[in-house]
Order: sequence, then C-alpha cells, then structure tokens
Amino acid sequence: MGRYVIRRLLQFIPTVLGTMFLLHYMTSLAIQFSGNPVRAIFGDRTPPPALLQSITERLGYGDPCLEQKGNPCFGLFLDRVSGVFLSFDFGIDLREQEVTELVANAIPYTLKLLVIAIVFEAVVGIAAGVWAGLRGGSFADNLVKISTVFVISVPIFVLGVVVREFIGVKFGNILRDQEWLPDVVAYGFFSPGFKPDYPFASLLIPGMVLGSVALATTARLTRTSIMENIRADFVRTARAKGLANKRVIGVHTLRNSLIPVITYLGVDIGSAMAGAVVTETIFNVPGIGRLVTAAAREGESSVVIGVVTMLVLVVLLANLLVDLLYAVLDPRIRYE
Amino acid sequence: MSDATSAGTAVGGAPGKTSKSGKERNASLWADARRQLVRDPVFMLAVLYIVVVSTMAAFPKLWTGQDPRACHTDQSRIAPSWEHPFGFNIQGCDYYSHAIYGARPSMVIAIMATGGIVLFGGLMGLLAGYYGGWVDGLISRLMDIFFSLPFLLGAIVFLTVIKQQNIFTIALVLFLLSWPTIARIIRGSVISSKDLDYVQAAKAVGAGNGRLMFRHILPNAIAPMLVYATIVLGSFVAAEATLTFLGIGLQPPTQSWGIMISAHQVYFLEDPWLLLFPCGLLIGTVLSFILMGDALRDALDPKFR
Repeated sequence: MGRYVIRRLLQFIPTVLGTMFLLHYMTSLAIQFSGNPVRAIFGDRTPPPALLQSITERLGYGDPCLEQKGNPCFGLFLDRVSGVFLSFDFGIDLREQEVTELVANAIPYTLKLLVIAIVFEAVVGIAAGVWAGLRGGSFADNLVKISTVFVISVPIFVLGVVVREFIGVKFGNILRDQEWLPDVVAYGFFSPGFKPDYPFASLLIPGMVLGSVALATTARLTRTSIMENIRADFVRTARAKGLANKRVIGVHTLRNSLIPVITYLGVDIGSAMAGAVVTETIFNVPGIGRLVTAAAREGESSVVIGVVTMLVLVVLLANLLVDLLYAVLDPRIRYE
Repeated sequence: MSDATSAGTAVGGAPGKTSKSGKERNASLWADARRQLVRDPVFMLAVLYIVVVSTMAAFPKLWTGQDPRACHTDQSRIAPSWEHPFGFNIQGCDYYSHAIYGARPSMVIAIMATGGIVLFGGLMGLLAGYYGGWVDGLISRLMDIFFSLPFLLGAIVFLTVIKQQNIFTIALVLFLLSWPTIARIIRGSVISSKDLDYVQAAKAVGAGNGRLMFRHILPNAIAPMLVYATIVLGSFVAAEATLTFLGIGLQPPTQSWGIMISAHQVYFLEDPWLLLFPCGLLIGTVLSFILMGDALRDALDPKFR
C-alpha cells in the first residue's frame, strides 16, 4: 500500500511538469506572437519606453527569449518551476497581486459550488440508481433510464440559462412578491445569480445545475451495477444464509456496486471543476473559473499557469484517492 | 488509474471474438449487430435525425432559400409565422435559415475532431499496447498530461491563448484534449489480445509487426472504439456550442447554434422561441448521437444478447 502510494506520487512529477511546460509554452508563444501583455495596463495610451521597460521587468516578462518567436524559453520555465516548488511562489498578476492570494480569494466559492454539486449528484444519483436497479423493467426503472438520457444530452450551459431565467427570474419574482417568505428563500435560494449577502443559499441552485449531468451518469452507473450484482453468487449466498433484506441490499449489493460509481465521482471532480467555469459565468459567481478565463483573456501567463497547475494537482490527487478507495470497497483488490 | 481502466476495457473488448465461435448460424459479430440495429426503432430514429442534421450541414440550400445574412433591423424579434417558421432574431435576420446554416460548424468541428482522435489516439494506443516497455511509458505519461487538464478549462486556456477562433482551431483544441481517452481504450484491448493464441499463431507463421497490429489485433479493438467515437461526436457538438456560448468559440458573423443561444439568452422570458429552436436542435443532435452509441454498444456486446 505504502509503496503503491509512493510510486503513484512519483508518477505525478512528470505529469505535473509536462502540464506546466505545455501551459508555459502556450503562453510564451502567445506573448512572442502578440506582444508584451504589459501594454494592456496602459490601454490605448503609449507609455514612455523607460516606464514600460521597468514595469515589464518587475512583472517578470522581461526575459529576452519572450521576443524570439518559437523559442520554448527553458530558462524561464526552470525559474518558474523552482519558484513554484521550492518557495511556493506562483508569481504575480498584472496588478502585482500574488497569484496565491487571488486563488485564496476565489477558491471558497468554487469549493462550495463543487461540494454542493458532488453531494447532490452522489445522494440523489445513487438513490435514483438503487431505486431503478432494484426494480428492473418497472415504471421506476424506465423513468430513471429515460430521464437520465435527456439530462445527459442537455449541455450544461443550456440547462444553466433555462434554470436561471425560469426559476431564478420568473419563479423567483413571484416569490419575491410574497411577504410571508423569509428573505433567504426569496432573495437567496431563488436569486438569478450569486448574492454576496447569501453566500451559501444563492450557490445552491448553481451547484445543483453543475451536478445535474453527473447526477444522471451516476444514476445510470449505479443502476447497471446494482442489476449486475443482484444476480451475483455472493448475494444469493447472503440471502440463503437468511440475512435480512436490508443487510443484503445495503452491505452485500450496494458496497460492491459502488466501485464504478466512486471511480466516476472521483474522475468527475476534474470535469466538475471545468464545468464550474460555465456555471460561474452564468450565475455570476466570483470563483476560480472566472479567474482563469479572465487571466487567459488578458494574457497573464503567471495566473493561468499557477491556477491550472493547482487544479491539475487536485485532479491527480482525487484520482489517487479513488484508487485507494477501491481497496476499501472491494476486499479482492490489494495494492502492493 | 491506468491499470484500472485498461482492465475495464479489456473486459469490454474481449467478447468480440468469443462470439464468432459457438454460434450455429454462421454470422459474424458485425452481421448480427447490423440485424439487431435495423430492428431497433430508437437507433433508426436517431440515425434519421442525424441524417437530417447532416444534410442541413452539407446542403443548407436544400432546406432554405433564405439568405441568413439578409437582415432588416425593423423586423427584430418578430414571432414565427407561416413564411418564417422560426421568426426573426434580434438583428432582424430570418431565424430558420440561421438554424439551418448553424448546423454546419458544429458538425464539421465534431467530425474533424473525432476523426483526429480516432486516427491519432488509436495509433498511440496501438503502439503503447503492442510494444509496451518504454514506448508505453512515454505515451502513457503523455496521455496523463492531457488527461489531467480538465477538458473545458484546457479548451478555454488554449483558445484564448491561440486568439484565432475558427472551425480548425476549435477542432484542434478538442482533438488535443480528448485523444488520450480513445488511446486508453485501444491500449487496454490491445494488451488483452496481443498474447492470444491466434496472434501467436500469426507470429509463428512469420507475420511482421505491422501485419500483426493492423490485421490481427486492431479488429478486436474496433468495437469499443466505434461506440466511444459515436458518443464523443455528440459531446463535441455540445462542447463547440459551450465554447461559443462562453465567447471563445466561433464569433458572430458566422451562423452557429451556440451563437444563437448566447445572443438571445436575455430574451428568454419575452420571446422563449428564440432560445427554444436552437436549444432543441442542439439537444436533439447530442441526444441522437448518445442513443446511437448506446444502441451500438448493446448490439456489439454479446453479453446483452
């Protein structure tokens, strides 16, 4: 187990370095081809060359290799990597704010959004999957099967826009006219966008939108794997031993059926984080996704590289955790 | 992680050849699958829808005589009528012709990107699975790099950095970020079948590496790849619309369903049809590809017979 974890952690090194280099090369090429991003600070005014020079130096865009088209800038890359890993220095953006600070300000919103999404998709998805899987071929089964296909095929931004306009604006306006409703419901939960006054309630609907597609996949996975396991020998043995139905379903069937579901939920953390970009844009949440999009648009390579590297690390760790969870769920799996 | 996925696909890929033996009727896997698919009404409906959308993409003139660029601002947001079944958009252009011409970029991007991942991802998976050793190590690490980038986030970063947003760059970005999945599927099936008896027999007869890979091993890996490619076509259509919606995909003078949705989202409450038509077409296309993929999977997996 310990050796397995260490081997996996060592495998992270080339992956993270490779991702960082990819991002570094992309952003360097962008600077080489479209010019110094520092000019963006001045808008359409032309800055005195000396001023431009000194600000460029201070923000870390002064390396001469950024002017040679196609140069991969290995020196700059090494500086960046050693900065990130040796002194936890992710650089600064064009306004001289620390990237770590920008991330620290934005991450609580994205984390809340992710937690809401994952709790929602896990609880509702697994419940719906078990409900359908135990009654194969019934009305419940068909309902879950058909509705999930529809949910999967709706792109998340279509769902987000429709939910925002229909539930947040139209239905919310009706609720906001009712005086007996507490404000946290009318102005928080049913608000068409993020409200700083209700930092949790107004994130609930965006979180559910974010989790909905994965919810449908979770429900389908749970359903198929329950249907497979319910016919397995070990379930029949458990029944033959005379165990209570609750124990047969809850322990023997469900525990085994959850293995693919857990894998999916773990892998989904990565795509949910990406999906958060869309949800954050639609519902106006000041999270990580908006930070990256804005940074990429302004050519602030240090922000893009820093934030995406952190996210990649989160994805890799989530995948590792999932693999370790296998061994807990399935006694046949052992890592050495 | 990679061990777990390869084991999973190995199970999915293996039954392809077991079905050939032990059947009284002398039918191949593909003939059986075709017979089952033709009888499946859901599959046939999905195919019909895709054919309709494809003709919209290939020959928009068949569907509409209107010019999507002939706009009069005094006709802005006029509701659907008999001559103009989808009404007019915010700029007073005929919305029906926009919807028809909007099919092309989505379909072209989806087909180019899918073709790319099938060819490149398939080749990478084949090489990694067949040669193993350092080739596998190198390709697997390369796959990890692209795999660990969250799809949409990676696409946003790449497209904003490239600054050239047209059909080709969008297809290129989608291809770059999703080839590892198909490479993993192929790698898993290749590993599970490269030590089988008939491959050993072919090797003993003196078949070279190329012949072994493409004639003997690859055909077994085709079925799971085909299923995945069908579903991924749908998700690329959705991804193109999503990127366009976020403002980093196709840009307004082009006609595209994503542009139609993002330009009219604020009018949803007054004129819902401005959103319903493009959303309906988009969802229908994605749904059809997913249903086709599901039906193909059921037909190609003998376990479900």
